[in-house]
Amino acid sequence: MSNLCIAGREFQSRLIMGTGKFASGELMATALAASGCEMVTVALRRADLSGKQDRFATILNFVDPSKYLLLPNTSGARTAEEACRLARLGREATQSSWLKLEIHPDPRYLLPDAVETLKAAETLLKEGFTVLPYIHADPVMAKRLEDAGCATVMPLGSPIGSARGIETRASIEIIIEQATVPVVVDAGLGAPSHAAEAMEMGADAVLVNTAVAVAADPVRMAAAFKAAVDAGRAAYEIGLAPKRREAEATSPLTGFLNEK
Amino acid sequence: MSYAAEMTSCPVALAKGATVAEVGASLGRKRRSLEDFAALISPAAASPWCLEEMARQAHELTLKHFGRVIRLFAPLYLSNECVNVCRYCGFSRDNPIQRVTLSLDQVLAETRYLRSEGFRHILLVAGEHPRFISPEYLRECVARLHPDWPSISLEVGPLETAEYEGIVRAGAEGLVIYQETYDREIYASMHSRGPKKDFDWRLETVERAYAAGLKRLGIGALLGLAPWRMEAVALAGHVGYLLRHCWKAQITVSIPRLRPSAGQFEPPVKVGERDLTQLICALRLTFPEVGIVLSTRERAGLRDGLLRLGITMMSAGSHTEPGGYTGQGATVIGSEGEHATEQFEIADARSSSEVATVLAGMGYEPVWKDWDGVLND
Repeated sequence: MSNLCIAGREFQSRLIMGTGKFASGELMATALAASGCEMVTVALRRADLSGKQDRFATILNFVDPSKYLLLPNTSGARTAEEACRLARLGREATQSSWLKLEIHPDPRYLLPDAVETLKAAETLLKEGFTVLPYIHADPVMAKRLEDAGCATVMPLGSPIGSARGIETRASIEIIIEQATVPVVVDAGLGAPSHAAEAMEMGADAVLVNTAVAVAADPVRMAAAFKAAVDAGRAAYEIGLAPKRREAEATSPLTGFLNEK
Repeated sequence: MSYAAEMTSCPVALAKGATVAEVGASLGRKRRSLEDFAALISPAAASPWCLEEMARQAHELTLKHFGRVIRLFAPLYLSNECVNVCRYCGFSRDNPIQRVTLSLDQVLAETRYLRSEGFRHILLVAGEHPRFISPEYLRECVARLHPDWPSISLEVGPLETAEYEGIVRAGAEGLVIYQETYDREIYASMHSRGPKKDFDWRLETVERAYAAGLKRLGIGALLGLAPWRMEAVALAGHVGYLLRHCWKAQITVSIPRLRPSAGQFEPPVKVGERDLTQLICALRLTFPEVGIVLSTRERAGLRDGLLRLGITMMSAGSHTEPGGYTGQGATVIGSEGEHATEQFEIADARSSSEVATVLAGMGYEPVWKDWDGVLND
């Protein structure tokens, strides 16, 4: 299977994992290992950004930097200004200039604010961040962010944590068709089959969190998502058979015409 | 713009008398309306089978939206001075209690203790007194705490929008204000003197706070003052109203039950643990994304049970008197060993670390820091 390349960096895994909602840091670390992921996003608001080794904000201690590329995220930010402030502080604290830019002013559905996201992306790109923006499945927005210099676009399948799967399929197909940067389907993937579906569509990677974190057995569920992402990617690379309305016999009735 | 007009059309009758069929229909829906909420808190929905089904769904929805985490916070009482006469409250002006307002240094001493206990989210609580608990005093408290506290909320007497703006600039994130009761007549009978008499001024406080830029808004009703089902429908209506009008704010809801306090007030309405459980489940089923707060007013066993059914935020190891954590303010009162009087008695006396251990044992991560002060700069 081909490698994923984002901003010049190669990844064998096409599964990116989130770190929220887990029952404990230890369980999260075990699930990350089982997922085979190489990139992990962490909400900066949960991390210690004071530089004081706060033992009551230890989430980063469970993400081994020798195994994973740390992708801090700006969850909690409602405006471009807040996201930029959080990103700068986060870069100082984590030494990672990669950033999952997410700006959702509506805490109910956590849907991204396109206007603020573009504004923040432009600012942060100038400051040397590698920006991976979380966006609605909006093909024009995806192109605008790509033109601005973002490393990927991350359209949502459905609202964060909703487990509703890829409800934005038609728009994500257009985004994939037009993209010149990797497309990461983020949010709403509630089952391994959803992840496989995204990969079969030609998404370059998926980001999963809730479905693993709240599973009865997060470690096995992480492994299930890994298998689904691998299967979906392999199917995409091989090429799926076209869909037909009617059955087509696997042993064609006119097969004898080819016999010698 | 106010919830007052909408409040009068809450489906109160349904909350009192929904049929089993109506409850069944509401249980089966994916997105629920205020009418569904009313059916789910009705007596017909209180059967053991129904309550268990509600609990099951509430547990699943909470897991999905919030995960296996509980956000912990500590209340810090700044002052028990108050100009209001509220029949049920220990701080009521008529009660002959020891009154204290902490100085800034005393506030800092209390917060140092709370930080050492692990807390990174703090709720500053005070009675209502324009002289002792002025907007300037609150602003100064917030500004002094802001560098060390990722999240600061206030639960104080209602202020004007401009006064809230100053507090936001100082670094506050949230505001908690309970209407106490949504029944105007009962409200009038409970609040006989002081600015709190003005029902509408209090009701509109949340929107003033939102306009000023506060991002985390907590509302609630004090259970025990009015028939609880009517109270709950009005409260749920308020939640729905705020979700539409204050769409950028994280809305949280509390349903504290009256506790014994100075003044020996007897709650006119009894709200049992089953009632509280039904109400929490109905809130979760109707508002899957809203935070539900549970304080130390409830006993430990009940808190542990309820946290799986929809609770997202808990206080722990709380004291409800100014200076309660470290004895600050005792010297102001006079004789040694004398303390300010608490607002109410707490029922869960476990320390914060004990609560954290219990949470972990139940498969929940106690989250101490889930916000960052840089978002409030």
